[in-house]
Amino acid sequence: MTDNKKEPDELDVTSTNKVINHSKMVGKLLVVVLGMFGFGFALVPLYDVFCDLTGLNGKTANSAATYEVMDIDESRTITIDFITRTNSGMAWQFEAQTRQLKVHPGQMNEVNFTVKNPTRHSVVGQAVPSVSPGTAALFLNKTECFCFEQQVLQAGESVVMPMRFYVDPQLPDDITYFTLQYTLYDVTATSGDLTMNSGE
Amino acid sequence: MSTVTETLHHDDDHHEHHAPPAGIKRWLYTTNHKDIGTLYLWFAFIMFLTGGAMAMVIRAELFQPGLQIVEPHFFNQMTTVHGLIMVFGAVMPAFTGLANWLVPMMIGAPDMALPRMNNWSFWILPFAFLILLSSLFMEGGGPAFGWTFYAPLSTTYSGDSTALFVFSVHIMGISSIMGAINVIVTIFNMRAPGMTWMKMPLFVWTWLITAFLLIAVMPVLAGAVTMVLTDKFFGTSFFDAAGGGDPVMFQHIFWFFGHPEVYIMILPAFGIISQIVPTFARKRLFGYASMVYATASIALLSFIVWAHHMFTTGMPVFAEMFFMLATMLISVPTGVKVFNWVATMWRGSLSFEVPMLFALAFIVLFTIGGLSGLMLAITPVDFQYHDTYFVVAHFHYVLVTGAIFSIMAAVYYWLPKWTGKMFDITLAKWHFWCSLVSVNVLFFPMHFVGLAGMPRRIPDYALQFADFNKWISLGGFAFGLSQLIFLALLIKACRKKGEPVSDQVWEGAEGLEWEIPSPAPYHTFETPPVIK
Repeated sequence: MTDNKKEPDELDVTSTNKVINHSKMVGKLLVVVLGMFGFGFALVPLYDVFCDLTGLNGKTANSAATYEVMDIDESRTITIDFITRTNSGMAWQFEAQTRQLKVHPGQMNEVNFTVKNPTRHSVVGQAVPSVSPGTAALFLNKTECFCFEQQVLQAGESVVMPMRFYVDPQLPDDITYFTLQYTLYDVTATSGDLTMNSGE
Repeated sequence: MSTVTETLHHDDDHHEHHAPPAGIKRWLYTTNHKDIGTLYLWFAFIMFLTGGAMAMVIRAELFQPGLQIVEPHFFNQMTTVHGLIMVFGAVMPAFTGLANWLVPMMIGAPDMALPRMNNWSFWILPFAFLILLSSLFMEGGGPAFGWTFYAPLSTTYSGDSTALFVFSVHIMGISSIMGAINVIVTIFNMRAPGMTWMKMPLFVWTWLITAFLLIAVMPVLAGAVTMVLTDKFFGTSFFDAAGGGDPVMFQHIFWFFGHPEVYIMILPAFGIISQIVPTFARKRLFGYASMVYATASIALLSFIVWAHHMFTTGMPVFAEMFFMLATMLISVPTGVKVFNWVATMWRGSLSFEVPMLFALAFIVLFTIGGLSGLMLAITPVDFQYHDTYFVVAHFHYVLVTGAIFSIMAAVYYWLPKWTGKMFDITLAKWHFWCSLVSVNVLFFPMHFVGLAGMPRRIPDYALQFADFNKWISLGGFAFGLSQLIFLALLIKACRKKGEPVSDQVWEGAEGLEWEIPSPAPYHTFETPPVIK
């Protein structure tokens, strides 16, 4: 496209008898191609932003919320189920100490999860939350959660992991019941420096 | 990008009119749109037979319940590579080949705008498919995750040959993007004087719109395979939930490419049928302008319906309603097209030459495929049909009796113009009737086993599906064998056997390509024709 010479041979005569150099148009089309290649990757952050705004895929926030004292709406009772599972290849035992909780919006709550590494080596785990129905995810505010960071458990170690949260009183009226599920993944292979803790 | 500057200097042989070099060099070095069109068409046909052979393996395994011929892992490789080859190796190159042959002749241009790039875009294709096919013979086998390569099947659970798969898809993508750019520049810049937009033959129109779809979505596919590659080999987490990614996002990105892709495979078919029906009805095409607008609206709508492939991933009701209704909306412009073809035939002076037979079969059978697509668009029933043989029946009706039948119709329609001789009509009629009967024995019962709950992509099935599957397999073998008739006919035609034909070839044919001699000379329209 740097070739700007205009020899007659390089040009084609169009219907209007104007001379048009193809390279200009090819250049524009290549910009479209590169733009669409970029758009494919731009879909990744766009997808996350879209899901954050709408809560569509049931992902909760990745960072702690702050709790300000607020009115507790005792007229509403929300039932929350807690489900735990481990991804294939993850050997940890992972359980919620409370399977079901009835809460009022605005009220501070705490649920403990126990996790045990029964293997003979230290493992790094990452819990990924998912709320169903997805729209409830926007109104579930966690002030403390083990899912905000990776967990390292030595061989045979077990810990109790607390999770503190409140339900935003803005929760739509039609939601009276939702499920919070945690899936534990073994991320030892990709966690890098964290595995060095195994020497302790 | 260097190809662009290269093409600027190609023209020296263009004005000297020397004969093409003989032997293999003619085909390796050719920049002639007719040669390249022929190469694309033969390549597509070889890939069609290769992918077809894999379908025969699939049908042989499914002839009876239980596992008898191949291992499940090999079966999965067969379904995957069959899909990839038919989509990227057979249908798309065949349409590109037809575009190469016909677009310059239809708009009165001497060649494609970028002949050197044209050569390049064809000759990288065989390497893409060599890479893909060779992976079948490597340790661990070829890709086995379905042609849709959903994550995590293609990331966490795939073999090392995934790298080869990604590389070959990249090459296929680059090839079709170059082909699309060439078509767009040719149509924009090289129309003969007087060939205004609304005088262009519909095949040119549909290909122009297809080419824009190609440059819009093939790069997204390239992005998707690149993400799969880095997720698998370089530790990224685009689709890995543990690292903050999302496997469902793969499906969104893939189908953002995938749905326009299905229109890439059918819009040129609409163009072909719109050329053939008026010829054999001896009437002008009914509703030319509405055909153009319908094609454009189908192309635009194809960008906002992708999630109808993923209703069962758990979407909010509003999104399901949106994608359901947007999908159903596409049946309006598609219905306009079918209506226009029928209206073109209405009170026409019909004759039933072989291209017309294929075109008529296309109209009826593609409509069946369109109607089952409409059923699949309905969200609640899609939950039942999803991932069953009903889906397989649907997309084979639109792709085999749709896209492939239109390509065969096109070959029969323009072959006498290309070779100067009429093809063997007896063989052609055998080919048509054998294909028509067997293709319906092959795909129609799939609707029933699908509704009864037989899942797709499995090497074994429950006993109650045994009878239907036996018939499906028999239809499959018959359809496969019928294509050998086509092969024999094509070899005969390329050896220039048969009755010489007139310039017009078909009595009702109209358009620039029918005004040049038969066979079409190596160089045509070096002086642009004047369009009345």
